[in-house]
Amino acid sequence: MASLGKIARRTFLIGAAAVAGGVAVGYYVYRRPYPNPLEDELAEGETTFNPYVMIGADNAITVIAPRAEMGQGVATTLAALVAEELDVDLDAVTVEHGPASYAYYNSEMLAEGGPFPFFEEGVVAELMRGGMGAFGKFLGLQGTGGSTSVRDGFDKMRTAGAAARQMLLAAAAARLDVEIGTLATADATITHEATGRTLSYGEVAADAARLDPPSDVRLKQPADWRLLGKAQQRTDMRAKVTGAPIFGVDVSLPDMLYGTVRMSPRFWAEPVKADFSEAEKMPGIVKIVPIDTSYGHGFGVIAENTWAAFRAAEAIEVEWGEADYPQDSAAMSAFLREALAAEAGDALRDDGDVDTAFADAPQDRVVEAEYEVPFLAHACMEPMNATARLKDGLLEVWSPNQMPTLTRQLCAAMAGVDTENTRVHTTFMGGGFGRRGEMDYSMFAALLAKETGGRPVKVIWTREEDIRHDTYRPAAMGRFRARLGADGLPEAVDMKIASPSTIASTLRRTFPSLSPLGPDKTIAEGAFDQPYTIPDYRVAAVKADTGVPVGFWRSVGNSFNGYFHESFLDELAAAGGLDPVETRLKLMTDHPAAVKVVEKAAELSKWSETLPAGRAKGFAFTLSFGSWVAEVVEVAETDAGIRIEKVWIVADVGTALDPGIIEAQLTSGAIFGLSSAIGQEITFADGMAEQSNFHDYDAMRIHQCPAFEVAILQNYHKMGGVGEIGTPPAVPALANAVFALTGKRVRSLPLSREVDFA
Amino acid sequence: MRLTVNGNPIDIDADPDMPLLWALRDLAGITGPKFGCGIAACGACTVLVDGTPVRSCALPVGMVEGDVVTIEGLAGADGLSVVQQAWLDEQVPQCGYCQAGQIVSAHALLEEIPDPTDDDIDNAMAGNLCRCGTYPRIRAAIKRAAAEKARTGA
Repeated sequence: MASLGKIARRTFLIGAAAVAGGVAVGYYVYRRPYPNPLEDELAEGETTFNPYVMIGADNAITVIAPRAEMGQGVATTLAALVAEELDVDLDAVTVEHGPASYAYYNSEMLAEGGPFPFFEEGVVAELMRGGMGAFGKFLGLQGTGGSTSVRDGFDKMRTAGAAARQMLLAAAAARLDVEIGTLATADATITHEATGRTLSYGEVAADAARLDPPSDVRLKQPADWRLLGKAQQRTDMRAKVTGAPIFGVDVSLPDMLYGTVRMSPRFWAEPVKADFSEAEKMPGIVKIVPIDTSYGHGFGVIAENTWAAFRAAEAIEVEWGEADYPQDSAAMSAFLREALAAEAGDALRDDGDVDTAFADAPQDRVVEAEYEVPFLAHACMEPMNATARLKDGLLEVWSPNQMPTLTRQLCAAMAGVDTENTRVHTTFMGGGFGRRGEMDYSMFAALLAKETGGRPVKVIWTREEDIRHDTYRPAAMGRFRARLGADGLPEAVDMKIASPSTIASTLRRTFPSLSPLGPDKTIAEGAFDQPYTIPDYRVAAVKADTGVPVGFWRSVGNSFNGYFHESFLDELAAAGGLDPVETRLKLMTDHPAAVKVVEKAAELSKWSETLPAGRAKGFAFTLSFGSWVAEVVEVAETDAGIRIEKVWIVADVGTALDPGIIEAQLTSGAIFGLSSAIGQEITFADGMAEQSNFHDYDAMRIHQCPAFEVAILQNYHKMGGVGEIGTPPAVPALANAVFALTGKRVRSLPLSREVDFA
Repeated sequence: MRLTVNGNPIDIDADPDMPLLWALRDLAGITGPKFGCGIAACGACTVLVDGTPVRSCALPVGMVEGDVVTIEGLAGADGLSVVQQAWLDEQVPQCGYCQAGQIVSAHALLEEIPDPTDDDIDNAMAGNLCRCGTYPRIRAAIKRAAAEKARTGA
């Protein structure tokens, strides 16, 4: 556990400039479109501790990449941003996650939280982005989500590297008594070119740390980039091909105990009666303790090994309380349908006059449809887990998590210690997809650590607990209608989507005293914010809480609205007698970036060519997380069912910093979406999730995986995200291909309810 | 109870019903094999027993007869096995959690079929789930490793 131990020793780095013979150089640039009265208070403290770069006297360079590495390659790209400006190779730096700290706030995570599409750049939208970003800073929200890490780090990390380099140069110039301009840097070495004298970064690091950070930090022009824009070898690859102990489940501490949890399968229900007698007789059992938290109620089991804990948890005889929400999936569907009928919802887009447009619409020009999607589990490969130790008033939590500062705060509350006496060590994550932005598994470990007399306890959930106690991708239902014009194009579109509010559900379990206000844009994102121009165009969101805990699932609302919007648009094209690609191009003319993406996807996939019988293609486009993505799915009829043969993905991400990682994320996101479309659903009976493991909640396997062809464009003037954008258009592209192949329009997921997949 | 793991004898005090996975991870401190499902459905726990890939989460340790090899034992003390090197060259892992199991399964496949077809790869690897969707690169890495083994006679 070398890397974790190293992080632990460095938790004192916060607030300290010089560390163990090396230096910590921190710097950040904070831009805002208007003055924020909060900023003066925060900025002074934060400028003094924002460490991203450490250089030892031995020339060892450590870069802190303070975002969750859950597979998306963020540690590599964040480190490359620093290395680029520091003039060192990526393999010359050690990359660490670093401690939980407000200094590592993510301002981008909330910046797009306002009710504006990404392409809206009016004064109000920009003010909102600045204001929300400042709020993220005020909260000190260190988090990974919303495909924001690189957008947030792009200036911060480069500036940190450049500032460090300038300070090192200044220190070297003083040492050599020469002008800074006569020095050059390469490979962590400073050279005085006229005399050939050299100094390593390490030799001047201590001097450099005593200098003030430069007020004028000069960043390289993209044309001068050596690392950025080119595929890098990921910094975590070697550990991951050798089975190194880097994950939460791999944490190993002296004198460690093991544990698991058995939580009520009915959300928030308490145990009515429980009998531990059989469980307590099991060999290796140490203790069974109650768990009562804002995430729910149940029991924690502490044992000498994980398997003993699993067995004892299963042996607890318990009767759980009743569910205080609709009991089963049919009742939840009915609840969403009633909400759609009863409520107008929040119109996040309302162009023209939709009601008038439909009032006099001839019936034969109107297309109507109802769509529905189920709850989904994240099913990260690494089940939820965390390790905690409460000893001598100090709580330490080793947690594979996406939200270190919130994890610290809520775990401290659980254990009854101050946040100042709580340390969170963020490990690598065996998948995250939004699930690891939750605090439950860390809080449970903190609770169990109160019961072990100072011994650390590693608490791993069974897969069954993980699937049955997720914060699910919400179910959603939408009603859609359109009026087609004489040219076949929609001239009026009216969309209303009902779904549980992810924001409200998240607050209930994290900050129950806070009430969510206003519309939840995640209910309509992927539908209200798309780059189509239609004269009368309304998209409304209806909040409908089914009682099931819901959370952020890769691409969030886009995961279902991409399907709703793009499958319905496919229906409109068919009804209007138009080609689906042509339809989109005509509606997108105000957005050249979108047009180029769609044209490229059509070109690569040879969209206009006729396919042989038994084969068909489907098309979809979704703008999400600031990136413009078109996907084409080709399917083939086989004896075993429909086979997904090939997927083309074209994405405009604005600036592509690592094409290799971006390609991997685009295919990953598409496979994640396709997995959901070909078979995933979480259903409920008697208030409990009916699925429990990979036998009944599976994902795409290698033999089902299509071939991929990916093109990355950089036309748009703002950088977009990468980690989630492949998911939204994958589902409708497949559904539209199924329609093209079979003539069957499937309006609910998974598609496997109505067609078979090979 | 005595196991041979990666060529080393290991004495553990385990209930014979304990799955091999937990004996390795919690008792022997060998954490390369990962816990994913507990029902042999995802392959994250795959290890070799006498060269055959098995799901260690569902195999009672008392029933293990033969030498166990985990991801940690695929290569010599220095460096990487041919399969691991191919994984590195193709930049396969994303989160990496399933990859120890994937690599062990691929290793066993290439021992049995040195030049696998796509169908061979599908058959051998379908039991190894990857939620990140690294399958295209896994397929490429297996083919690269096969070519490298053929080239070097390894």
